[in-house]
Amino acid sequence: MNVKTLAAALLAGGLVQLPSGAVADGKQLVEANCASCHALERPDYQALGHEERISRKGPPLYFAGNKFQAEWLESWLQTPVRLRPAGVFPPAAVKHTDDGDAIDPAALEDHPALAADEARQAAEYLMSLHPFDELIAATPYEPGTIAARMGQLNFTKFNGCDACHQDAPNTGGLSGPELYSAWRRLQPKFIAAVIADPVAWDPNTLMPKTNLNDSAVERLSNYLKLIGEEQP
Amino acid sequence: MSATAALSPAKALTMAMTLCAPLLLAAALPARGADGETLYKIYCTQCHGVEGYGNGVNVPAMSVQPRNHRDRGEMSARTDEELFKAIKHGGKSINKSVLMPTWGQNLNDDEINALVLYLRELCCNSGG
Repeated sequence: MNVKTLAAALLAGGLVQLPSGAVADGKQLVEANCASCHALERPDYQALGHEERISRKGPPLYFAGNKFQAEWLESWLQTPVRLRPAGVFPPAAVKHTDDGDAIDPAALEDHPALAADEARQAAEYLMSLHPFDELIAATPYEPGTIAARMGQLNFTKFNGCDACHQDAPNTGGLSGPELYSAWRRLQPKFIAAVIADPVAWDPNTLMPKTNLNDSAVERLSNYLKLIGEEQP
Repeated sequence: MSATAALSPAKALTMAMTLCAPLLLAAALPARGADGETLYKIYCTQCHGVEGYGNGVNVPAMSVQPRNHRDRGEMSARTDEELFKAIKHGGKSINKSVLMPTWGQNLNDDEINALVLYLRELCCNSGG
């Protein structure tokens, strides 16, 4: 059997996969369609200062491969739904009213939907971006269980996460992303790593770094697992 | 003899480290210059309100009402040091709610001082 015949046999048998081109196609697609709202490379936070956060239109994607669940990402890109009730930069979408501040729906933009093949290519490329592998590797979290009541107490009374995040539809604060879907959207170690040190991922994050110990991070992460798995 | 020449090497090293300490600390966060009003808009309005009245968009979900920063009486009862401490180390540090988080690892001391100045502006110098 010559080399060509061997290669053909291995390919046919699925034992060897050549690069599909999806990553390359996805790169082109993402750079053309996503870069105006999402950072595809680490911003120069030092030079841009707080203006970077004010003008941010979408979450940074340059570490998407460390962040998302690939299957969820591909699916969401085809049928995007709002994850941040008040948008990516809440002060830009919130107005003062006599009854308290309220979200102005007209200030929120919908995310464009991609066709199935585009979503697959884009997701494949985005998942190839993982500059924070070391941060993930240094995260000790292993998914476990927590009693619902204890998890909820950690989320609310002990740490005040509910001030900004929802742990069930229409339950919780509006300025941060919903968290009842976090377990399906995000990789477990990313969840734990961001809870532990959000600033390491994003120096301009609106999430406070609160010096939680590993056990506290584990309890919160397990609570997101619990509520995420309960969602339909 | 100059002052520098009079220093022992150990003292000179100590002095150099003291002088450089703020630079070393500042390196942990980007050296971002921003005025208090901008910082307030980014980090505080979600709970304290876009106009500072303590009625931010998150308030319906909160078990404790955030401070109304336009309330001259309430704010006058707090020293600048207390405000700085509450922002840097969280509400618990001044026996207030855990819902006021610790911002000391997101913002540097200059930024927190700028916020304190802006709080004084909001409560007491803006007709509030």
